[in-house]
Amino acid sequence: MGRYFVHLATTLLFFGYLGMAWNILGGYAGQFSFGHAAFFGIGAFTSSLLQLHAGVNPWIGMFLAGIAGLMVGLFIGYLCFRYGLHGPYFALAMLALAEMLRLGAIQWMSTRYPLGINLPILGDSLLQFQFRSKVPYYYIILIMTTAVLYLTHSIESRRIGLYFKAIRENEDAAESLGVPGFKMKMIAMSISSFLTAMGGTFYAQYYLTLDEEAAFGVAVSIEVLLGPIIGGAGTVFGPLIGAGILEFLSETTRNLLGGRSGIHLMVYGAILIAVIIFLPNGILGGLKSISRRYTRKSEGIQEGYGDA
Amino acid sequence: MGGVYSLVAVGLSLIFGVMRIINFAHGSFMMLGMFTTYWLYVFLGMDPYLSLLFSIPALFLIGLLVERFVIDKVLSAPEHNQLLLTLGISMFIENFALFLWSPNYRTMDIPYTNKAFTVGLVMISFPKVIAFLFAILLTVAVYYFLKKTDLGKAIRAASEEKEGALTVGINLKRIYYVAFGIGTACVGAAGTLTAPFFYVNPHVGGIFVITAFVIVVLGGMGNFIGALVGGLIIGLAESVAAAFIPGQLKQFIIYLIFIIVLLFKPEGLFGRSSD
Repeated sequence: MGRYFVHLATTLLFFGYLGMAWNILGGYAGQFSFGHAAFFGIGAFTSSLLQLHAGVNPWIGMFLAGIAGLMVGLFIGYLCFRYGLHGPYFALAMLALAEMLRLGAIQWMSTRYPLGINLPILGDSLLQFQFRSKVPYYYIILIMTTAVLYLTHSIESRRIGLYFKAIRENEDAAESLGVPGFKMKMIAMSISSFLTAMGGTFYAQYYLTLDEEAAFGVAVSIEVLLGPIIGGAGTVFGPLIGAGILEFLSETTRNLLGGRSGIHLMVYGAILIAVIIFLPNGILGGLKSISRRYTRKSEGIQEGYGDA
Repeated sequence: MGGVYSLVAVGLSLIFGVMRIINFAHGSFMMLGMFTTYWLYVFLGMDPYLSLLFSIPALFLIGLLVERFVIDKVLSAPEHNQLLLTLGISMFIENFALFLWSPNYRTMDIPYTNKAFTVGLVMISFPKVIAFLFAILLTVAVYYFLKKTDLGKAIRAASEEKEGALTVGINLKRIYYVAFGIGTACVGAAGTLTAPFFYVNPHVGGIFVITAFVIVVLGGMGNFIGALVGGLIIGLAESVAAAFIPGQLKQFIIYLIFIIVLLFKPEGLFGRSSD
């Protein structure tokens, strides 16, 4: 029983972490990515392959994974933002990128790792980022999540957070007031891709096995963004709350209806539809606008995003 | 294949042109069309092409209801929320299908589907020819509907100039139901036509729709003729390329084309710069 709950808590924090990483680009800077699996997969593959082939310590690998994710992020970000892709077009371009990487990985792995990449078992050691018990993993992801939580908080309370939000609400207006739009979007992209790729390494170390679907699959991209969308994109705690709700739902449906395939994603789909219709700014966003309505009769600023 | 792609892309393009919605659930509707045909064949022994008479109205109705009760609520929401909504719809439909019908790959075993004939050096399979002809026929039918009938003209008016259409008394809400219904009916028909020579499973739609997205972007978002011609080009290119390039690489190239077109020529190959 204890193991089960530790696993649940770890998964929750893990998706909360990924959601927060996505949130910096998608929630604050308003650039919705449907392809964060690209960074996640790059991260997971980088540290795993470095460890297998060059014996690089996974902790260093995790950092290098972040760098690799960052490079990919800067590359695609440069292309997309330089050529002014926005809204759904950016989302689709990211999706296409992740899918390209997935297909490339299938091709590459089919001859080298037809059974997926398995990391060597090196025993119970903090230095090797491998533990028999799940508890140390829990503490690691707890620290990572707390750090990102703090980072998000400090972004929000600084000028850069205001810049991000200004771009999200109306990029043209923000630029006319001197907000460097391109640069800000690149910064958001860098932070987000770096953190997401580090999450990929955590995943690889937690399961010690990896295949292209788990790394680059569309499902990864979607699960990463569901948390923040449901909890509230562009809020500090939204992604964590969203991840908690999703975890709760998937566990309850699993217990009630058994492990029949499809059920939990069906519920996710239904929740996503309901949230978009009834709480377009997520749960926290919804609470915020309610409290605002009661404190001062809604003056001016509408929550929401400028139409393109 | 080109004809089927055109039909899928025309549906997608129509929905985008009129409502400015990128419909992620398009593939799910195609899958529903395929399953309609499959089950009618399995339980009633109905000829797959006869089942067009059922899949088209059924998908039209489903599309209409989805528009009326779900998409209608977010028409004024930000674009990415609309995208997320159609993503939610597609997750729901596909996983519901998965729940009901399991992820098994099913194929229809119809006596005449594995017939093929040869023209010169090329072998052409019979159901693909039928699919092509039907798809072109249906696409032309939709085209004439949009060009000639009052309702079709109203749909085009709504897609070109929303406010103008409203001022001359066009009921936009109704136009949206109908346009979305026609779009899903198109893709449903494409599903029916594909079922005899492809496998059927809950996630099959994605394969076609990704390609359709590329076609729609190539042809210029919301451009009907663009979608038609784009579909034929991609279909042809794909069959030719299939001889030289392995399957996964082919898809890889499709994505690559997609990103490049999005970046450098977002208004599509056929002019008419987007707004």
